[in-house]
Amino acid sequence: MEMNEKAILEVRDLDISFKTNAGVIHAIRGVNLDLQKGETVAIVGESGSGKSVTVKAAVGLLDANATVNAGQILYRYKDDNGNEEVVDLLTMSKRELRKKINGRRIAMVFQDPMTSLDPTMTIGKQVMEGILLHKKQDKNAAYARALELLELVGITDAEKRMKNYPHQLSGGMRQRVVIAMALASDPDILICDEPTTALDVTIQARILELIKDVQERLGLSVIYITHDLGVVAKVADYVNVMYAGRIVEVANVNEIFYEPRHPYTWGLLAAMPDLELDDDRLNSIPGSPPNLLHEPEGDAFAPRNAYAMAIDEKMAPPMFKLSDTHFVASWLAHPDAPQIELPDELKARIERSRKEAQSYA
Amino acid sequence: MSDVMTETREQATAQQATRADNTQAILKVTDLKQHFPISRNFTVKAVNGVSFEIYPGETYGLVGESGSGKTTIGRSIIRLHTPTEGSILFQDKEIAGSLDHETKQMLRRDMQMIFQDPMSSLNPRKKVGDIIGEGLDIHKRYSSSQERSDAVADMLKKVGLSPTHAERYPHQFSGGQRQRVGIARALIMNPKLIIADECISALDVSIQAQVVNLMKDIQDEIGCAYLFIAHDLSMVKYISDRIGVLHLGYMVETGTTDEIFSNPVHPYTKSLLSAVPHPNPEVEKKRHSVPYDKDAEGVDYSVGTIHQLEGTHSVLATDEEFSRWT
Repeated sequence: MEMNEKAILEVRDLDISFKTNAGVIHAIRGVNLDLQKGETVAIVGESGSGKSVTVKAAVGLLDANATVNAGQILYRYKDDNGNEEVVDLLTMSKRELRKKINGRRIAMVFQDPMTSLDPTMTIGKQVMEGILLHKKQDKNAAYARALELLELVGITDAEKRMKNYPHQLSGGMRQRVVIAMALASDPDILICDEPTTALDVTIQARILELIKDVQERLGLSVIYITHDLGVVAKVADYVNVMYAGRIVEVANVNEIFYEPRHPYTWGLLAAMPDLELDDDRLNSIPGSPPNLLHEPEGDAFAPRNAYAMAIDEKMAPPMFKLSDTHFVASWLAHPDAPQIELPDELKARIERSRKEAQSYA
Repeated sequence: MSDVMTETREQATAQQATRADNTQAILKVTDLKQHFPISRNFTVKAVNGVSFEIYPGETYGLVGESGSGKTTIGRSIIRLHTPTEGSILFQDKEIAGSLDHETKQMLRRDMQMIFQDPMSSLNPRKKVGDIIGEGLDIHKRYSSSQERSDAVADMLKKVGLSPTHAERYPHQFSGGQRQRVGIARALIMNPKLIIADECISALDVSIQAQVVNLMKDIQDEIGCAYLFIAHDLSMVKYISDRIGVLHLGYMVETGTTDEIFSNPVHPYTKSLLSAVPHPNPEVEKKRHSVPYDKDAEGVDYSVGTIHQLEGTHSVLATDEEFSRWT
């Protein structure tokens, strides 16, 4: 299996549909994604755009009614003898995934810390569980390791906390415990699925700083799934913008925020309320996301796109390469397309962002 | 264009300054306390003496982290809880405590609520037209069924849906559309005050902007006041004229939106403002949030008193803290 030199995880042409009572929902329609070692990649999109499904496919957590129609998810790792191996996660059985990959090499942090913890087990036991299972260590060693992990994620009085139950902790503390559990068996990849959506802003900032700090210390590669562009700006190196089961723009974080090229990205950026500006109205994207029960013809974003052209209704745009790091799936990037300027409000905002950035440099 | 906007903004602030003397507050909450006894020795003190006023046609934003009591305040005002102490005056009538029939009718007509989760707050077995028209039915506000369906159709148009949607059920709508139905249901009674409790947090970013714009348009049109409860500061800034910052059941700081955002005094407000992520990667990667620990700072809210700064801006502090923070 061929894989990019430095990539640790590569999603190739992933295509997934779900069978429901109403019909077949074509949720993922050809997704490509790269994660390189030590990097943070963010997947941004509205609910239903398929961002969670993409990563769930990688860890074998798809619902029973899902079918993978096509695609590969390649993962490169060093096996226990130190040999480099590349596997396609989609061809592995659930059993194999559980044994070799999940938790051990790819760990996941979910949105709601209350539902991802067992309410009947103490914190200590839950953190130790993964260590005992994957590392085959004795109980004392596992206890010491669990203590170390809880301290790593910034829980004070870790020894006391080990005996607590989840309901005795606050939301932020619980999410720290979940992160400690995810780190328990030294994974290569940490997938964070909306890790701070259920938390308050003040706690959110601290959890994001914690994940970043842990990532630097342990050399993790992180995939963030979020709908909050503020979070993306804080944590991501690369950003994938997803819409209706496709990735519509990929770029490094500065390109996304300072030189966005897809009208959907423009809309997302403009819809964020700006703390600096005394505007009376927010710029919203008109309409709502398409229902993937009916396969959209042409570009799925066209009905909501003020800059849509005739071709958008007939053919879905391919990925156009703008630079080595910047790709966009929009006919506007075609050499024959009319030159469309950024919307004025967005232009002004980016101008201000750049100035602000300079004053920070 | 932007000049015009800043001008109107200044005018609005000027109006607010004078309004305090001239117009009557539509809602006046004084020293509200809401305690929940859990057992003989343990009481959850959710709200501890909060006072604020809302004037006709303005939007008052309540912000704070979870557990700060912002939702409890909203629920106490709409009488889902009986206040432990304090008074709530709505259109000059005391509404904390038992009410006579007339006040009850007035209250249920003139004060409405928009809930957080548009799915669980709409009856799945009722058609949208009947959900919206329920208030009309109860208060017998129409003389013919034609009048009723016209009113419902008008309302649907006002919130950006089509009159034909009246025959559909809530599950046939998307999240944003359902929240529009929730707004239509609140508006049909022509309320004077709408309590919006986290009414946009369950929606996607692009839809949030649509709903906030809609709420603003409707306010311009019918002049209702909003009590906007949220934890998302940037949205609150957008929609609110004045803001109250809550922490652990105390109102630590209140003032106009400009006063709070350009000159935050209380360390908790500062921490809250610093925690809002900026959509600007170069800045955001270098910026750190300001932590706030009430105990480490030695702040005891129960001994603090309200200190007035300029205008309507006030902060909860002891004299010593006040001089330290300003």
